[in-house]
Amino acid sequence: MATAAEQTPAAAPPDPAGPAVEAVGVTHSFGGVHALRNASFSADFGEVHALVGENGAGKSTMIKILCGVLRPDEGSIRLKGEEVRLLSPKRGRELGVATVFQELTLLPWLTVAENLLLANEPRGRLHLVRRGRLWPAAASVLERYGVDGVDPRELAGRLPLALQQRIEIVRALLEKPDVLFLDEPTSTLAEREVQWLFALVRELRDANTCVIFTSHRWREIERIADRITVFRSGEHVATRVSATEDEAVTLMTGRTIERIYPHRSPAPTGDPALEVSDLAADGVNGCSFAVRPGEILGIGGLAGQGQRELFMTIFGARRAKHGTITVAGRVRRIRSPSDAIKAGIGISLVPEDRKTEGLLLPMSVRDNLTLAVLDRFSSGGFLRPRPERAAVADMLSQLQIKTQRPQTQEVGKLSGGNQQKVLIARSMLATPTVLLLYDITRGVDIGTKHDLYELIAKLAADGKAVVFYSSETEEMAHLCHRVLVMR
Amino acid sequence: MASAEHAVPAPPGVDRGAVWRHVSLQNAPLILSLLILLGTTGLYIVFFNSNTGGLPGSFELTSLANTTLPLIFAALGQTVVVLTRGIDLSVGGMMDLSNSLAAAEMHATLGSELLWSAIIIAIGAAGGLLNGLLVVYARLQPILVTIATLSIFQGLAIAVLPQPGGAIPSAYTSVLTNPNQPTSLAYVAFVMLAWVAFRRSSFGIATFAVGNDQDAARARGIAVDRTKVLVYTLSGMLAAIAGLFLAASATAGDATTGDVYILQSIAAVVLGGISFAGGRGSGVGAVAGAFTLTLLVNVLFFAGINPLYQQFYQGLFLITAIVLGAGIARLGRVGRIGR
Repeated sequence: MATAAEQTPAAAPPDPAGPAVEAVGVTHSFGGVHALRNASFSADFGEVHALVGENGAGKSTMIKILCGVLRPDEGSIRLKGEEVRLLSPKRGRELGVATVFQELTLLPWLTVAENLLLANEPRGRLHLVRRGRLWPAAASVLERYGVDGVDPRELAGRLPLALQQRIEIVRALLEKPDVLFLDEPTSTLAEREVQWLFALVRELRDANTCVIFTSHRWREIERIADRITVFRSGEHVATRVSATEDEAVTLMTGRTIERIYPHRSPAPTGDPALEVSDLAADGVNGCSFAVRPGEILGIGGLAGQGQRELFMTIFGARRAKHGTITVAGRVRRIRSPSDAIKAGIGISLVPEDRKTEGLLLPMSVRDNLTLAVLDRFSSGGFLRPRPERAAVADMLSQLQIKTQRPQTQEVGKLSGGNQQKVLIARSMLATPTVLLLYDITRGVDIGTKHDLYELIAKLAADGKAVVFYSSETEEMAHLCHRVLVMR
Repeated sequence: MASAEHAVPAPPGVDRGAVWRHVSLQNAPLILSLLILLGTTGLYIVFFNSNTGGLPGSFELTSLANTTLPLIFAALGQTVVVLTRGIDLSVGGMMDLSNSLAAAEMHATLGSELLWSAIIIAIGAAGGLLNGLLVVYARLQPILVTIATLSIFQGLAIAVLPQPGGAIPSAYTSVLTNPNQPTSLAYVAFVMLAWVAFRRSSFGIATFAVGNDQDAARARGIAVDRTKVLVYTLSGMLAAIAGLFLAASATAGDATTGDVYILQSIAAVVLGGISFAGGRGSGVGAVAGAFTLTLLVNVLFFAGINPLYQQFYQGLFLITAIVLGAGIARLGRVGRIGR
């Protein structure tokens, strides 16, 4: 094997019989909020161990503690049978722990090669890096791990998301870890790429590595995990060799969800609320469809086939090159999102990336909710607090958004699921006739997903036309009346 | 190893076209800064010729290099700090202090010259260290910290040399900024080599990494805090060296001549195509930017522009360069990493 990255071996040789990594009685809080309470976790060598739980259950925190990014307030960590104090991720790395975090650690303005070989570059005289050697070294690494179509000289920030994720995974594998943590590695990967990852994971397991990963997709966990540990509210709830999805959901949420997907109302008939005819834009080539009030229309197909561009164009966030958009029988020119939101047209978009595309994280729940419709609550250019507060309270109860003080609670501090609900509530406040929902269940736990599905069904039942895209085709199959495929 | 369904043929050796595309796109800001330098040089030659009937020769070249050397060092110090997404406004103050101390204390003996050069560089390092420690451990914004230390250094400079004066040994001048021999070009060459070495050193790579994404760099095991402290220390040292060159070329000291270099070093960094968002840019660009600025002054002089309007035209030039640079930057636009 090429020696582009040889890690010096850890202090003690691993004891293959004992657990690879153990957390005992770990407690950790962030500013008064308990992320982990007396939580325990243990995983063995030569196994693929899935760590599941709702958003906020403590999975990411546990992983960060076990790899050295965070230090627990209480409790102890054992690696390969020995108690350790991980003072930094570097220490964790020295002991043979590698991690692929949810937030990728690629440096956008460095090339793929520089990213992969960071701190392990080929050196020459005076210990200076030999840049000419970086490219072939990286190319051989990429080839070895089966990542095609990447030029090592390309800047990491120019790669599509899924490729960035794969490079990050290769980066971790280069460290030849004994313990590998993968925090939601598949959320940006398409099926083919998930297969690639799982093939690598199986190889690692067969070579006696301990692989621990988290995912919100039950199908994947069923496929690959040897054992499953469930966390809830910062505590360890159960560790099983296998579980059905229902059992897992009950353990994760603490309540029994009879059906994950709500009952689907009959397909509506009648005049369409939105008609798109031969719409073309960057990434969209002549799309036509219609959606009726009360209908949930899915837009499917492989990831990256133009679905996002289509949604953005209908919403006015992208310029249409030609084609028409007809709302309630009248052709409309939608040149910007404010055009789309206006009363009379009433199209609202809930975007995919709530943190960067939708929410203003440092601002309050109230401010985020009323952002799109401020003029409804103002007179003479001044905001009237009472009608605003009433509308906010109404929305919060309708969607069951849990927040103590909506006037001042920073949206950035809410859980992912609640953040998503705030975003949807904002769109609903604009009383749309058409709702465009783009991958709103990504990175959201099963309990919240169930709530969102119920909400979508209710919106349709209330007469809204819903256009829905999800990276999980199963969701679309269960929720939608019809699904159109883009290619 | 399971790979994609369609087999991708192995690349038959290096694809030169792709390599050139990458190199030019990723270095577009640097190429632009070199083009600007080239253009300004052309203008200089044109106006010099129309004014004197001849072409600039080795005297002009030497004088140009001598005048630019202080700015080159100041700009390089600014560059390494800007690469980490910081800024160092105290370079001017350190240059004041450095040239004042040299003029006040240096005697015309080799020992004194060497000793005081070393002391002054050490003071530059100490000043830079102070900046670095405040930015990293007191978690203060670089602009705030360096505005404050700028005043401190300026105050110390005036205390050392209340009136312009003092003397720089002529031997010192002939070594650093010799008006007759092109030794200054040797310094420029040395500086370029030093940049190449920096870029390929662990410290240099860490600097770029920190500027790209501090948190990601930390997660990858880069010593972020130590790197930041070191870049400010280095900037302080380079500012001190710039002050020594300034003193050598002026042959006397003045506690305020360094001030103009604060904005000039920033202008050189901008003209050099280095991004203030951090993480990308080349020291070669900063050197080119420094030369461009000096040439610009000469261009304006030979074109007969009223010296009172000099700053106005410099500003105009700078804005044009920034707009061009922003346009170029769109070509090599990079997306976010991750979600």
